[in-house]
Amino acid sequence: MANDETSLALDRGRRKFLNWFLSTTAGAFFISVAYPLSRYLIPPVVEESTAGTVTLSIKPNDLKANTGQIFRFGSVPAILVKDTHGELKAFSAVCTHLACIVQYRSDINHIWCACHNGHFDLNGRNVEGPPPKPLEQFVVNVRAEQIVVNKRG
Amino acid sequence: MEYESPKRGKLWLWLDERIGLSDLAKVAKKKEVPIHRHTFWYYFGGMTLFLFMIQVATGILLLLYYRPSAGEAFESIQFIMTEVEFGWLVRSLHSWSANLMIFAMFVHLFSALLLHAYRRPREMTWLSGSGLMGLSLGFGFTGYLLPWNELAYFATRVGTEIPGILPVIGPFLRRLLRGGEDVTGATLTRFYGIHVAILPAIATVILGLHLFLVQKHGMSRPPSAGKNHDEQKSMPFFPNFFLRDLVGWLCALGLLAALAAYYPAELGRKADPFQPAPIGIKPEWYFMAMFQTLKLLPSHILGVEGEFLGVLGFGLVGVILIAMPFLDRQAVQGKISSRLAAGFGLALIVYSVMLTYLGYTMSPTK
Repeated sequence: MANDETSLALDRGRRKFLNWFLSTTAGAFFISVAYPLSRYLIPPVVEESTAGTVTLSIKPNDLKANTGQIFRFGSVPAILVKDTHGELKAFSAVCTHLACIVQYRSDINHIWCACHNGHFDLNGRNVEGPPPKPLEQFVVNVRAEQIVVNKRG
Repeated sequence: MEYESPKRGKLWLWLDERIGLSDLAKVAKKKEVPIHRHTFWYYFGGMTLFLFMIQVATGILLLLYYRPSAGEAFESIQFIMTEVEFGWLVRSLHSWSANLMIFAMFVHLFSALLLHAYRRPREMTWLSGSGLMGLSLGFGFTGYLLPWNELAYFATRVGTEIPGILPVIGPFLRRLLRGGEDVTGATLTRFYGIHVAILPAIATVILGLHLFLVQKHGMSRPPSAGKNHDEQKSMPFFPNFFLRDLVGWLCALGLLAALAAYYPAELGRKADPFQPAPIGIKPEWYFMAMFQTLKLLPSHILGVEGEFLGVLGFGLVGVILIAMPFLDRQAVQGKISSRLAAGFGLALIVYSVMLTYLGYTMSPTK
């Protein structure tokens, strides 16, 4: 009798150990698949162009007053605007609402986003429509017939 | 009534012994379709399935010529549209059938919602259907980018920016979706993989579950029907209802062929990440109501960014829709939760139709 009980208890112990062992193995197997899979799905970080200064291919006189032009600021689009007084200004061309690319509208002297009708004035301020923040403004310098755009600060 | 088995040929008997055809025939005979004044709405589930099958077939054909890279995608579709014989037809069918499928699915969803078909024991059918709706919208969104044209490029910029609004996980989700910080060729190959492999694999499983559950429970008889004796009638699914289904499929096919032949899919201009978004840019019609909502929301509402509140609102509507079987547990005529559920469905339809109408009619520059 006592022997039977001992062997039953021993059986239970073995069963418990086996269950623990198998579930740990299954868990380890799951993790060893899930971890590399999830790491694979996350795209690797590519070195962003951290250009702080860009010299444009456009000459100051190529751009007429009251017009705008998209240019590459490193890997991101930016917009160069010549206002009605002939002053050059540059901003990030990525709308602060949902990241569409803005354009200059000469009919209302606004920088405008066609996607959700966002308006910015020529200081980059969000003046109408859904954009929550102003456009980042860059510093424009004209040196010997060349336009040089710098990040602020 | 005992069903009298018809005389079977040798081939049928041979196959029956090996794969059990008579068991399958029994399963097909089991389902009855209720007949009442709302029976019409039952056809839209099958129609969605039919259009999905067309999507699979035409999608496989498009794979033979399509090249998923930023340098070649647009050109390969130009090639399909102009050089490949009947290429225009295959692509137009794929594009139109996608739209009709989403439409049929919306009709199916809203009829199930308004007729309270989600009630016990069909909660899982509703949940799997919700999953299929999410997948279909995912198919639409990822497929829209593949031609790599201007519209597609900006729709994807906006669409992938939306989860980016969420606090904490937003930027991570955006990067995961785009395959990088920006919408580039990496996004195109990622969307291609999602569109032709990941979504179809998941859709096959969930669709199988959905169809199994429909077969298991049969169609739901709406609580509003069946009070009088006339509305207790039913017909066998196979072949009676199935043949009627086929008539519906034939109508859908006719409409699809006419649309594809008279209004072939357009391609537009190739995407250029250094050009402003074109004036009058629009998403697919089924995202129009959301697009227009985001356009009309002011930049800040009570100090919170308008777009954030908008996205939160879309999420809330989605959660209520998915959780409907649990919010309206025992739909019975006249019960307040059922009335609220129907009101919610109707309000959602009216809101979407209105905003979609505004989206197509408001001046894009004002």
